[in-house]
Amino acid sequence: MSRFFDLTQLPDASGHFGPYGGRFVSETLSFALEELDKIYASLKHDPDFQAEFDRDLTHYVGRPSPLYHAERWSREIGGAQIWLKREDLNHTGAHKVNNTIGQALLAKRSGKPRVIAETGAGQHGVATATVAARLGLECEVYMGAEDVERQKLNVYRMRLLGAKVVPVESGSRTLKDAMNEALRDWVTNVDNTFYIIGTVAGPHPYPMLVRDFNAVAGREARRQSLEQIGRLPDALVACVGGGSNAMGLFYPFVEDDEVAMYGVEAGGDGLATGRHAAPLTANAPRGVLHGNRTYLMSDEGGQIADTHSVSAGLDYPGVGPEHALWKDVGRVEYVAADDHEVLAAFRELTRVEGIMPALESAHALAHAKKLAASLPRDKHIVVNLSGRGDKDIHTVAKIDGIEF
Amino acid sequence: MNQHANRIDRRFAALKAAGRKALIPYITAGDPAPAHTVDFMHACVEAGADVIELGVPFSDPMADGPVIQKACERALLHGTRLSHVLEMVAAFRERDAETPVVLMGYLNPIERMGYAAFARQARDAGVDGVLAVDMPPEEMGENAALFADHGLQSIFLLAPTTSEQRATTICHHGQGYLYYVSLKGVTGAATLDAEAVGSQLASLRALTELPLCVGFGIRDGATAAAIGRVADGVIVGSALVGRIAERADAPETIPQALREILGEMRTALDRDARA
Repeated sequence: MSRFFDLTQLPDASGHFGPYGGRFVSETLSFALEELDKIYASLKHDPDFQAEFDRDLTHYVGRPSPLYHAERWSREIGGAQIWLKREDLNHTGAHKVNNTIGQALLAKRSGKPRVIAETGAGQHGVATATVAARLGLECEVYMGAEDVERQKLNVYRMRLLGAKVVPVESGSRTLKDAMNEALRDWVTNVDNTFYIIGTVAGPHPYPMLVRDFNAVAGREARRQSLEQIGRLPDALVACVGGGSNAMGLFYPFVEDDEVAMYGVEAGGDGLATGRHAAPLTANAPRGVLHGNRTYLMSDEGGQIADTHSVSAGLDYPGVGPEHALWKDVGRVEYVAADDHEVLAAFRELTRVEGIMPALESAHALAHAKKLAASLPRDKHIVVNLSGRGDKDIHTVAKIDGIEF
Repeated sequence: MNQHANRIDRRFAALKAAGRKALIPYITAGDPAPAHTVDFMHACVEAGADVIELGVPFSDPMADGPVIQKACERALLHGTRLSHVLEMVAAFRERDAETPVVLMGYLNPIERMGYAAFARQARDAGVDGVLAVDMPPEEMGENAALFADHGLQSIFLLAPTTSEQRATTICHHGQGYLYYVSLKGVTGAATLDAEAVGSQLASLRALTELPLCVGFGIRDGATAAAIGRVADGVIVGSALVGRIAERADAPETIPQALREILGEMRTALDRDARA
């Protein structure tokens, strides 16, 4: 790309990351987005707000999360050293809570008594239900009916937390349909409802604020690398569905040119089969969905394509607009891991390190393994272990032919 | 005002001169099957439609309620694409050179076809306006000029939540008519408050001379007449699409059903205009 972007200064005032992003919404929602933009702009540099956010991250989430040297796994692979950023150890078991803590504080400041969310694997739904419980907010979570089926444990967790889980039967009954339904709820109840979007997609200002709330992981990882490795890592690896955990890890390193970055998308049955959820890796055409322009899997008529992945959390046809720009400018290399490689990585980390990763995070592990094997032992790779795998035990057991 | 007034401007000028209100039906192209759509459009005109909003089916209609969602699903089962919708408009134009046609839907089918190709083909088919619900004027960029160059008017939405500042921008960019969304919600939602709509429209009148048409919540002659008293036109979608759905197994009965409900609204609007 010939145009130069200062990647630390995006989005622009109208919410664009180069040709991507923006605010493609029906008019009823424009006011709420402008209002959110103003609230966030006033709080972003407000020391009181930041102090409250930091306090919650420390005492409620349990931050900082460790940077763990997976020594045994690195030795077995026989290449570069793999370090795991342990976002799985956060309260609720994934990186998602960083963002819901932040957005819940915004909801509180905006005086809205009700929050809604969409969820795929259920991690964002659980993280939203958790902060809603803590702040006494009414909470409704939209979840594709297919995901409700494959993530029963998280559905029940949300209900225990006091949230109402609404199965979405329309369309492909997965994450994108849950987001459609959440948008329909929001447009109807916009006066009293705050929409907590779970990834770095959606209309401006969501991609920006979800990035900022998740960037705590990257800031910690940068500091921890300097302390524990003695220098910055050679590479970062994270899975990308909408792309919030990857954005959170990558963003604070964006100006560190010596640090390579790899975003790992869901290869599903393999890119060649068309049954995947890897719009960046597959070079999907530009499109508009859920309020932003990005790489988007759609057919020739512009209808959104069905996606496929063993992990519900990556089963989404689009991707955050900032990732789209980072692909175009070449700052991040986007690759895919297929379901087979992912399950192998899930089992391997569990056996070798005693850490059971979420299937989403196992995408990053699958690529990190290949990358480590291609590098010498004095190189260092930081992988975002974005969530723990307890929620996926049923899925893996089913693949193994085991019924509980 | 557009130098080469297109069909929409001409129609609203004629309505104004006659002291009448616009009746604007919405149907989803390809519902329940593509072969019927052109007949349905003619039936709407026979019943007194002034402008036709023809829905381009989309897989993820996030501003629509269940009635129009299901219409999209039925149309997509038959593979109805934007290119087919344009063919339907061209076929409609063989027998009707005057009734304005506005394509309504979501942006991605246009984005995927490419804006230049779409503008050219839409003009050639006889389309007069475009309303993409997820394309506010701020995101139009150079496509506004591209559409205008091809005689396509950009129709925009206004909502009860629109600030005065935004309304000013939207009125500035709007062409043809403005679509005022009567309530916070998705299409097919329950009740509308004609009095509240009236006071909102009164403040918009200060910002624009464009016709103000109201959609969402208009279901029969009574609601059409109530809105007709305060607006320049009424847009009726889910009430029609619901009747199409009920008769999806007997599509030959649909034109008559459309004529009945639209005829009732036409009569109610005209009775009020004369009173």
